[in-house]
Amino acid sequence: MDVLANILSATVIFAVPLLLVALGGMFSERSGVINLALEGIMIMGALFSCLVLNKMNLVDGMASPDSFGAQNPILAMFIAILVAALVGMIYALLLAFAAINLKADQTIGGTALNMLAPGLAVVITWAIQGEAQTTVLIPDWVRITKANFGGDPMVNGFWDTIFFKSFYLTTPIAIIVLVATVIVLYKTKFGLRLRACGEHPQAADSVGINVYKMRYAGVMISGALAGIGGLAFTVAAGSGFTAEVGGYGFLALAVMIFGNWKPLNILGASCFFALFKVIGSYTSSIPFLPKFEGVANSGYIYNMLPYIVTMIVLILTSKNSAAPKAEGIPYDKGQR
Amino acid sequence: MDNNKNLSNTKNSSGFKKFIASNGSVRFMGTVVSIVMGLVLGLILLLATNAPFAIDGMSKILTTAFVDDTGFTKLLYEATPLILVGLSVGFASKTGLFNIGAPGQYTMGACFGLVGCIHFQLPWPVCLVLAAIGGAIWGIFPGLFKALFNVNEVITSIMFNWIAVFSVNLAISNIPKMVSTDWGQANTDKTPTLGLANPNGKIPQGFLGEMFWSDYANIGIFIAIAIAIIIYIVLNKTTFGYELKACGLSQHAGIYAGIKAKRNMVLSMVIAGALAGIGGGLFYLSGVEQFAIVKVVNGMGFNGIPVALLAYNNPLGVIFSSLFIALVNVGGEQLQPDFATQTIDIIIAAIIYFSAFSLVVQQIIRRFLKADESNVNAEPAPVNKENTKVKDNKTEVIVKDADKEVTK
Repeated sequence: MDVLANILSATVIFAVPLLLVALGGMFSERSGVINLALEGIMIMGALFSCLVLNKMNLVDGMASPDSFGAQNPILAMFIAILVAALVGMIYALLLAFAAINLKADQTIGGTALNMLAPGLAVVITWAIQGEAQTTVLIPDWVRITKANFGGDPMVNGFWDTIFFKSFYLTTPIAIIVLVATVIVLYKTKFGLRLRACGEHPQAADSVGINVYKMRYAGVMISGALAGIGGLAFTVAAGSGFTAEVGGYGFLALAVMIFGNWKPLNILGASCFFALFKVIGSYTSSIPFLPKFEGVANSGYIYNMLPYIVTMIVLILTSKNSAAPKAEGIPYDKGQR
Repeated sequence: MDNNKNLSNTKNSSGFKKFIASNGSVRFMGTVVSIVMGLVLGLILLLATNAPFAIDGMSKILTTAFVDDTGFTKLLYEATPLILVGLSVGFASKTGLFNIGAPGQYTMGACFGLVGCIHFQLPWPVCLVLAAIGGAIWGIFPGLFKALFNVNEVITSIMFNWIAVFSVNLAISNIPKMVSTDWGQANTDKTPTLGLANPNGKIPQGFLGEMFWSDYANIGIFIAIAIAIIIYIVLNKTTFGYELKACGLSQHAGIYAGIKAKRNMVLSMVIAGALAGIGGGLFYLSGVEQFAIVKVVNGMGFNGIPVALLAYNNPLGVIFSSLFIALVNVGGEQLQPDFATQTIDIIIAAIIYFSAFSLVVQQIIRRFLKADESNVNAEPAPVNKENTKVKDNKTEVIVKDADKEVTK
């Protein structure tokens, strides 16, 4: 049972960044802009929010239990999330400008931002922390424990493990974001307009919708969510920020396509993917799985599992793929 | 009208050539402008982080490759795989596919080549062919899944990048004689040095080895350039290349014209995969670096995207954009300790980003050429008069370009 609880808890913690970033990608693509820059945006969001978290842990330049962050951990984490969202949004503006105003090939902006982010992250952390100090440490109070709710952190039952083994503020935020996404996308005028711009921008324009504005909105929401996702990944990965997010931006892109550009499917896809990823890394403690004795480094077989299973599911389900029709095509008012 | 005249000119082959050349050279100037803008931004960045060393840093970036044998051969050595992954991404783009799977194909190619070289003790040309086969196998999946099951090639490519990482790790750790400890060397997570394992499987140094005193010297760069030329010919001078491009411009038009679009899609990805695979083979069979077992996707394959973008997917342009990126990379390695090596990534990223401005820049250049005839003559020869006829309406030129390619 302990193994099961651990697996479920780890699944949640890895599904959260995938969910957030994939939802972000969805907003952008639904408005008609392919956001290849998710990986880069995640890095920038994680960088600045981790720097802020680190700063809030200091009193006179020293880590201290009297610091603002240690005293108000949840508030501090909330501030960090806001910073991540804001930075992600600003960074995504660069993509929006290239893709919408300059009408450039949308992979150009995305590729450039993906290359830029890790470099910029290293240069900035060096400038702040000193030469070769690339890791931004995350204070340990960011994890929400049972003590935050007045419980006894020493008692570790099945449910305690599921809920509190790795519980960060990003998890409830992700759930709120998901609900809000469903409502915004399907129940509001804004959502309808956004989707129209991704399907047939000329038609949207003809009824007075400002396509450029909607696409900017899509890309910026995407940036905000990817920024938060970057922070969520970094706290989940655990060892502090090291100028990378382990390819999760690209995985999120895959999860978004897997989820067929629909929020609830994306939730399913990210949980599915995270579950198999976690099973892949927990194989040694799951008794009934074959152990492949005689094969050196057999763990790699299970590492492949999430990718292979996803491919199989995609092959079975992709016939009715629903990519936004106008994604990737710069909108030109003069073109009909 | 000038434009119509130009259109009819395209039927005659010399006029056609000039037209492409002039269009290409305006694009080239656009790229140069974005490179200059990127370098200026880099200089500003250097000034901002460590002002006293900024000029020195910039000159290191641009000149390290030319100061000694090591620098120059390293430039060629690093440009070699870049050319191939750039060709891979560019080739797929011409067919309307985005090959983000180059990292996986590159890794597969490296693995096949090394297994041939170390385990089977084959000579290097055979190993290179094996590398191409490895990459091609990895290219089949995105193309085939897209053609048969309508799975987006981007997601297949991303998934297969990771599957490549782990299956190659598995292969290297399980095939006998593949790990360097089997050869009495220290690392359990690396392949042995080729000089020890199979000197015949190493790409020869050729005359470069006689000219330059450096381990980096090998004839791989000439193989890469030759392949680029072959790809250029295939794309521009053969029916097959024409069909690929037609499908890339408009798949429906291609199908309507009787082109087997799905078959071409698969073939194009297979060729793109083979190219990336040869890249992996050329890099690791040069024997300079040992293949290491890691749990992350190889970054070299992703570098194909900026290389192809800078070259507008033109196979010949890829040679030059690879050389340029290798140049600043080689220089960037000398930046430490005054600056972080990653400064180079920022500069390259900025150049790519500024190339998004190139449509605007190209328009300005064309307008400039029109306004000042004397300046046109100052440009390199192929730009000349054809260009002055073309430039007045850029979008029309593009439309015409597309028309021409479909109706040729």
